[in-house]
Amino acid sequence: MDINDLRGIHTLLVLVAFIGIVWWAYSANRRKANDEAANLPFADDEIDQRTREREKNTENKK
Amino acid sequence: MSTATPNLTYNYKVVRQFTIMTVVWGIIGMGMGVLIASQLRFPFMNFDLPWTHFGRLRPLHTNLVIFGFGGSALFATSYYVVQRTCQARLFSDGLAAFTFWGWQAVLVAACITLPMGLTSTKEYAELEWPIDILITLVWVAYAMVYFGTITKRQTKHIYVANWFYGAFILTVAVLHIGNNLELPVSAFKSYSIYSGVTDAMMQWWWGHNAVGFFLTAGFLGMMYYFVPKQADRPVYSYRLSIVHFWALIATYVWAGGHHLHYSALPDWAQTAGMIMSLILLAPSWGGMINGMMTLSGAWHKLRTDPILRFLVVSLSFYGMSTFEGPMMAIKTVNALSHDTDWTIGHVHSGALGWVAMISIGAVYHLIPRLWGMTRMYSVGLINLHFWLATIGTVLYIVAMWVNGIMQGLMWRAVNADGTLTYSFVEALENSMPGYLIRLIGGGIFFTGMLVMAYNVRMTIRQKDAVALDNSAVQTA
Repeated sequence: MDINDLRGIHTLLVLVAFIGIVWWAYSANRRKANDEAANLPFADDEIDQRTREREKNTENKK
Repeated sequence: MSTATPNLTYNYKVVRQFTIMTVVWGIIGMGMGVLIASQLRFPFMNFDLPWTHFGRLRPLHTNLVIFGFGGSALFATSYYVVQRTCQARLFSDGLAAFTFWGWQAVLVAACITLPMGLTSTKEYAELEWPIDILITLVWVAYAMVYFGTITKRQTKHIYVANWFYGAFILTVAVLHIGNNLELPVSAFKSYSIYSGVTDAMMQWWWGHNAVGFFLTAGFLGMMYYFVPKQADRPVYSYRLSIVHFWALIATYVWAGGHHLHYSALPDWAQTAGMIMSLILLAPSWGGMINGMMTLSGAWHKLRTDPILRFLVVSLSFYGMSTFEGPMMAIKTVNALSHDTDWTIGHVHSGALGWVAMISIGAVYHLIPRLWGMTRMYSVGLINLHFWLATIGTVLYIVAMWVNGIMQGLMWRAVNADGTLTYSFVEALENSMPGYLIRLIGGGIFFTGMLVMAYNVRMTIRQKDAVALDNSAVQTA
């Protein structure tokens, strides 16, 4: 077995890994986690609001 | 979540600083671009001075738009997005401030050294070794702030935008250090430790991934946050975004060989670069479709929201240039396009159409939020900017397509006896109308940036006025 066999095996392993990622990402038990993650940009308004209020207060004190 | 830490606030200061510098470096870098475009049409614009010569200012233009404008936009948005989607304050305010001032120092150093002719001559890596070291220090600090913030997160998941930003930060670190290994011979002169075709391969491994990770992965991170936010709906398919991420980063690093077709690079490496470039079409379009389809059911918003229009048109240009790129990577197409203006046109359809437009959209989204306003000073001016940017980009790339294909055909034309039909100068002469249209297109795009600067200035002033009103109410 020479280095080119290893290269061939490496290519196959990468292909298997990629198919694995697709299978994992699309599997039914990932659905809930995916939905949660997809909504993260809309979940932190409270902290954003607080940051702006604090900044406004410190500015007004100046 | 946030109830667990009722005192948590975000660091918006560094985001504000980088956002302002995005506009500033955008104007300086694109102004430089308009100047060198005028030099190609009107050679007297070189002013017969070494410091203002095209050969010295062209790398300054690329450095300022990529690292000044694009880099500042990436710093600003990545710091903003990582905090908001991890619900955590930046890992260290001090280190974040260091990345801001350090990065500005790098850009100022570029403005001084490149016109002086101090260059390592590697494309997009021209800066000499002392500046390379400063870049490395800033980048390590950036990685610490960024990944430190992710480890502090209060959310269970790491939002997909952070995966893209994270890949951009890590890969650029590896590429920058790998490509810039050099032996200094004096304070501002060094030689690459690689030689011959190895040096060329290292250079384009860096060069193409500067495109793939700096100008693509980072801005895809921007896309995955700002498109959903501006459209007010989650990304079309989160699972597609996972596949998009892994496919894109696994493929991009192999594509650099297409810059060296028909060179001394071994044939198999050229072919590998070409094949990987063709495969790249799939993840690129997967990502583009994911961004576009986020608007399904909300297309009507495009009619009233010029910010969303910037974001969506940037995706169209992204789709267009990621189709054009693989096509140009095919050896037989490259035989025509190589070294012609077609390449310049391709770069600018990505740089102006994709990178600049999505950044501009993100800046318009950020400015009012960061300064505590509900909207920009003038939505009409955003709309004006949108049309200036779109028309400018289209004029630019069409001029370069026409020039590039004409040059490629003229250079390869041979007479029956095997001699060349045209001299080089004949092709150059025929390129002049294209250079003029490119200059006009670039000028229109640049004008849009000035409109943006005015709008940003007025928005921030408006905020000062509101703050004054509030304090008046409180004292009364």
